[in-house]
Amino acid sequence: MFSTNNMLSITNLQKKFGSQNVLNGIDLQMDKGDVVVLIGPSGSGKTTFLRCINFLEQPDEGIIVLDGEQFSVKDIQKKEISRIRRKTGFVFQNYNLFRNKTALQNVTEGLIVARKMKKTAAEKLGRQVLDQVGLSDRYDYYPHQLSGGQQQRVGIARAIALNPEVILFDEPTSALDPELVGEVLAVMRDLAREGRTMIIVTHEMNFARQVATKVIFLDHGEVVEEGTPEQIFEEPGEERTRQFLRSVSHRG
Amino acid sequence: MSERLWELLLQSFGQILIPGLTITIPLTVCSFTIGFMIALVAATVQVAGIKGLKELARLYVWVIRGTPLLVQLYVIFYGLPGFGIVWPAFPAAVVVFAVNTGAYASETLRAAIESVPKGQWEAGYCVGMDYWQILFRIILPQALKTAFPPLGNSLIGLVKDTSLAATITVTEMFMAAQRIAARTYEPFALYCETALIYLIFCTILTRLQRHLEKKLRME
Ligand SMILES: Nc1ncnc2c1ncn2[C@@H]1O[C@H](COP(=O)(O)OP(=O)(O)OP(=O)(O)O)[C@@H](O)[C@H]1O
Ligand SMILES: [Mg+2]
Repeated sequence: MFSTNNMLSITNLQKKFGSQNVLNGIDLQMDKGDVVVLIGPSGSGKTTFLRCINFLEQPDEGIIVLDGEQFSVKDIQKKEISRIRRKTGFVFQNYNLFRNKTALQNVTEGLIVARKMKKTAAEKLGRQVLDQVGLSDRYDYYPHQLSGGQQQRVGIARAIALNPEVILFDEPTSALDPELVGEVLAVMRDLAREGRTMIIVTHEMNFARQVATKVIFLDHGEVVEEGTPEQIFEEPGEERTRQFLRSVSHRG
Repeated sequence: MSERLWELLLQSFGQILIPGLTITIPLTVCSFTIGFMIALVAATVQVAGIKGLKELARLYVWVIRGTPLLVQLYVIFYGLPGFGIVWPAFPAAVVVFAVNTGAYASETLRAAIESVPKGQWEAGYCVGMDYWQILFRIILPQALKTAFPPLGNSLIGLVKDTSLAATITVTEMFMAAQRIAARTYEPFALYCETALIYLIFCTILTRLQRHLEKKLRME
């Protein structure tokens, strides 16, 4: 059914908030190393979709196969949720760094507390990933002492330190001042080049064009269209996709 | 002011201050420490929604906040002996003040915990931590920072409230002042002097609180 490289497969994912259908049966297939970019208008369910994948939100229906292990979302066990979270990383729109921890502690916290790594080993790894995102001079800074771009890079470092199979990004640059967007996208570009499997919600269409192996256009909780960046950006098949792309290009 | 009165005030200053240092302050410190620990437990069982304990904590807060401190002191010290439970006055006072502080401080802590953004919890879950790990390592440290000023106010309030312990025979500052006043027939001067000593205690605490708040903010 899946290619042998299959990393994540989602079938018929559904989610309601009250009586409002927010996700109407979403399907997604991705192989190891794929970079899926999710686009769509505000309120189309992009954030909810990402949050349902690692159970920050409890989905109502659907099947998730992650790294060869199948999960039925409906009667999922606590233990299964923690296995899913172990294999996924999450990068938040507003960073959500631990405010009482330094940059380095933000990265090592999960390693030490959840992964039971020795403190010295965790700090060594922590410094390594902070170096990787260009923050070798900011180990001991608290989040409020960092710029938005730096905070988000710590957020990315925190996620990759745990070496997840799939990293989920929810509009990682949309809370940033325009001049800080580039540094974060550069880090993400490196991750894509390294072959990290990622799902990225973003409005940065140029970036999407460069890194995506697949682009999905979501509207009203449904996949309207999906394809390569060329297909979606150059010759979208659906009117709704065309409309959306026009509206974002007007935004500049 | 007559020379006699000056002398009396000077003499009694030490006589009032000493029970202040040996009774009022220990009573405050013991009660507040125990009360703070009660508050931590009462707040976390509510936030965590532990069945049974949560309701118990609500009941505790409701009863304690809805009844006067003075009445609570009387129930414990004068009421319980009727059931064969006899306490020395000091531990009885510590229990009542601790339980009282615990109820108010638990509400402060609960509000502080709930004011920590949901994203802090979510980030913790995403790096694989469990509920209690997140609560103790991420949420509580932030909440305690928020709760520090109101908790400081509670402590200052408690210093003054300990004067109520005089009514259950604890020989703290106010009791000492009453005795001297009764002996010397100078109630006005002596009670003003006592008020002044309380004021000094509270001023020192307020200063300390401000200093620590500033330090906390810098972190
Ligand atoms: N916790 C919630 N409770 C109720 N409704 C919610 C909740 N979270 C999201 N929704 C609703 O679900 C819909 C999808 O929201 P979602 O945040 O997933 O959209 P989005 O595509 O990420 O939008 P944006 O581009 O603005 O971030 C919206 O109509 C929103 O109001
Ligand atoms: Mg969103």
